[in-house]
Amino acid sequence: MEKVAHLARLSLAPGDLEKFNTQIDAILQYVEKLNSMDLAKDLPPTAHVLDITDRFRDDRVEKGLSPDEVAANAPDFRHGAIRVPRILEE
Amino acid sequence: MTDPAALTIHDAGRRLSEGKISSEELTREIIGRIEKNEDRIHAYLNKTFEDAKRQAKESDERRKSGSTRGPLDGIPLALKDNLCTSGIETTCGSRILKGWIPAYDATVVARLRAAGAVILGKTNLDEFAMGSSTENSAFGPTRNPWDTDRVPGGSSGGSAAAVAASMAMGALGSDTGGSIRQPAALCGVTGLKPTYGRVSRYGLVAFGSSLDQIGPLAKDVRDAAVLLEAIEGYDERDSTSVDREWPRATVDLGAALTGKKIGIAKEWFAEGLDPDVRAKVNDTRAVLEKLGCTFADVSIPHQDYGLPIYYLIAPAEASSNLARYDGVKYGLRVSGANIVEMYKATRNLGFGPEVKRRIILGTYVLSAGYYEAYYLKALKARTRLRQDFESALSGCAALLSPATPTPAFKIGEKSDDPLQMYLSDIYTVSANLAGLPALVLPCESSKGGLPIGFQLIGKAFDEATILNIGYQYQQATDWHKRRPQMDKA
Repeated sequence: MEKVAHLARLSLAPGDLEKFNTQIDAILQYVEKLNSMDLAKDLPPTAHVLDITDRFRDDRVEKGLSPDEVAANAPDFRHGAIRVPRILEE
Repeated sequence: MTDPAALTIHDAGRRLSEGKISSEELTREIIGRIEKNEDRIHAYLNKTFEDAKRQAKESDERRKSGSTRGPLDGIPLALKDNLCTSGIETTCGSRILKGWIPAYDATVVARLRAAGAVILGKTNLDEFAMGSSTENSAFGPTRNPWDTDRVPGGSSGGSAAAVAASMAMGALGSDTGGSIRQPAALCGVTGLKPTYGRVSRYGLVAFGSSLDQIGPLAKDVRDAAVLLEAIEGYDERDSTSVDREWPRATVDLGAALTGKKIGIAKEWFAEGLDPDVRAKVNDTRAVLEKLGCTFADVSIPHQDYGLPIYYLIAPAEASSNLARYDGVKYGLRVSGANIVEMYKATRNLGFGPEVKRRIILGTYVLSAGYYEAYYLKALKARTRLRQDFESALSGCAALLSPATPTPAFKIGEKSDDPLQMYLSDIYTVSANLAGLPALVLPCESSKGGLPIGFQLIGKAFDEATILNIGYQYQQATDWHKRRPQMDKA
């Protein structure tokens, strides 16, 4: 559970960890039902119901958001850039 | 004198065009109703009354100058707070988006504005639309106007409660596994989940991208059809938006039902269904038979697998979609010693328990070693379920099922047991998995006076047929006209 939480970039309090463990176990037990289904190896999976893939719109030049509009929602915006903690180790 | 706030969209539209009422009056009445009842119901997260009054005034001016824009011009509506609204805070019921002000409108919002609609505000929802009771909102639950000790359903609970209580003339919601239809059933209103691809998802904050659709919550079927026509249609900004023709929703509402065959699957009336709900949903059959419909037994052999499939696919898609909330570009940021600590601290404080649970579940089923055992299996099972529906619908115009296993439950009753909560969606998830349109509308109420809904599922892009059947049902019955007792403005 801790490993998955880390993958999902969540740090859970010890109490939550235990609670989620029990609840997610129950959910996983419930979905085990699927094992009783007859799923042929060659049965195609449905990722979505439409038969369209990789559709792109025309590459036209359009007005995007201005820096001010982007900055308006940024938690830390200085000198034309969004600031974050250091991402490279010394 | 009819209460203006209680009017349907089509009745209000007629009065507006006859000059019997103005949009300003309508809007004022509904705002009054909200002010009187909102403390008790909590349908709204954000009220935009000043904008609404201005939009109403502009609508009246258009009408006077002869340039009115159609059936929604001047009609006061509400929007679920996971639809982006330019310049208006959009929170998704989450602390992580508190204070976020989109720079653009969702396509459906832009279309409603272009149609002249008056926007009253943003309605409450389960956080990121994950839930069936609106209790998962970070900003407090919405209460069911029929009984304020009970939930309105979810996740579009605010929209459903607002329409039921005449605190909006109609509303938009979103539906990933039943989030329009289940609250519609619990609040006694009409709700439609359109075919996947019929309504643009651009500007709908994503939850389960292969399942999400935006749709109307309305006082009756005609209003739902009017709202659908306003928001539907191809949009190049949504790569899953479908560019094709389909029968118009409002045109054949009144067509005779003679000879229309409706399928009923025995699996929908098996154990787990409240006996009162079973009886009331069964009674709809006699009404529809009198209108000329015939009924056929069909089978959905994989009905029982719908929820397990859904609770693998939806959390998987959600875990991916919600990865973007990391405190970097917008929304909440909680500082940390390094960037990973910042992500974790932000997401920990920003997300509520249900959202975390689904992110963890989704991450788990997508992770190396489990992908094939869970996620891929669910995608294959989804194919099987789709085939069930294809085959059931091949000989029928539509399918009829219950909408929910029980009427509205008590606040707090299921909030500690996620699995019990998930079971509320047992009749609704399949339409999302199969991408089919589904309409929920009220039938006779429960013995305790609570609304009960039934569901009509149609063929892909054939909303016209289920709306036609639903409309004729409402012409023959009055259940949709029942309203909870509210304080008037």
